[in-house]
Amino acid sequence: MEGDVVEYRIDRQSGIPAYVQIVRQTEQALRMGVLRVGDRLPTAKEVVAATAINPNTVFRAYRDMEQAGLVRSRRGLGTFVTRSLARPGAEDDSPLRAGLAEWVARARSAGLERDDVLALVTAALDEHDTQHERHERHERHENDPGDRERNQEDA
Amino acid sequence: MTGPDEPAALHATDLGFRYRARGTWALRECGFTVPRGRITALVGRNGAGKSTLLHLAGGLLRPAHGEIRVLGTAPDGAAARTRVALLTQDKPLYPRFTVADTLRMGGKLNAAWDRAVAERVVREGGIAPSVRVGELSPGRRTRVALALALGKRPELLLLDEPLADLDPVVRGEIMATLMAEAAEREVSIVLSSHVLPDLEQTCDWVTLLRAGRVELNEDADALREGHLLLTGHADEEPALREHTVVHRRVHGRQLTALVRPRGPVGGAFHVERPGLEEILLGHLQGAAGGAKGAAA
Repeated sequence: MEGDVVEYRIDRQSGIPAYVQIVRQTEQALRMGVLRVGDRLPTAKEVVAATAINPNTVFRAYRDMEQAGLVRSRRGLGTFVTRSLARPGAEDDSPLRAGLAEWVARARSAGLERDDVLALVTAALDEHDTQHERHERHERHENDPGDRERNQEDA
Repeated sequence: MTGPDEPAALHATDLGFRYRARGTWALRECGFTVPRGRITALVGRNGAGKSTLLHLAGGLLRPAHGEIRVLGTAPDGAAARTRVALLTQDKPLYPRFTVADTLRMGGKLNAAWDRAVAERVVREGGIAPSVRVGELSPGRRTRVALALALGKRPELLLLDEPLADLDPVVRGEIMATLMAEAAEREVSIVLSSHVLPDLEQTCDWVTLLRAGRVELNEDADALREGHLLLTGHADEEPALREHTVVHRRVHGRQLTALVRPRGPVGGAFHVERPGLEEILLGHLQGAAGGAKGAAA
């Protein structure tokens, strides 16, 4: 049984709740294949002794991941990975990655700095997700015409 | 008492206290409940009443008004003496005792004494048992005092500024020891501190005192979710009226405001989720011009 596979790093300045950071780091480790099915996550005590965060944060992160079906806790034994997250589209040799590499090259030759590129990607993601959300909300509103919000004006 | 459920870690009803020499109220009309199993940050500016509250909860002071209960019992009763540990700022230790003597004394003074825990806490700090307490650095003295407190296996641990005067590395180590204890068994911890960044990821409950009164007493995540940090043009100020403005600042044309939104935020603002530190700092500073009362 492997128990020493991941080490969590908590960024206190990020403003991202620690339990979210733990979930994200676990997911990332799963995507990258650092964590595999059957691996044991560190115990709450191990995590807090290394990071000085609240143990409830670790319990919450593990509970969330258990509900998402990523891990399973076994009483007295620990918490184990039950599902892989390696996504076909995110691998090194995927077409998405190749397309992105090409785009990054163009952005760089257009003179964009690293931060400009990141900002652009974030903005495009935000835009996409907001439109997606708005679309959903719109659909909901059509079913319930009495509950109009002023959200559309915000933009 | 807090009803049919498990009694709360702390429960204050109209609690008031004043120091005879000063005459002013150190605490006034404090009514709040801290649930069990929480790690609570007790924050407030100097003189806000943090130490007074901890001394009342630890049974070292008696209320002038109202009452405070700890784990459902009176703070100065026999039950509280074994179930509650208070570490005061002065960390009362005998400087001429060695570390080993100090722990031995802890064993004699406490009926239920967990020697293994106390020794582990000392060992984790790399402290030799033969050293006299008076020769220890402040960080190590804190650790020995903490070992005494944790050796009691308290259900409620009250810590008054345990991190003061410690360097960041030692602060991290002390917090890690505390958190590891809390991970292993249920203990409610209330700790007062000015070191807000250290509280960000350790505390899940916040009690904020402001001039002797309780301004916040809430779950830390609820606080994070209940506040927004808005940045925008100063002309957008009227859009803030619909919300509770905790703190606002205008710099040139830029307006920055920490608000508790009461509905969707209108106006052209850049909206961010503030961290706990920003929220606490905002509440400690208060609304500009002391108009807090009007805003709330």
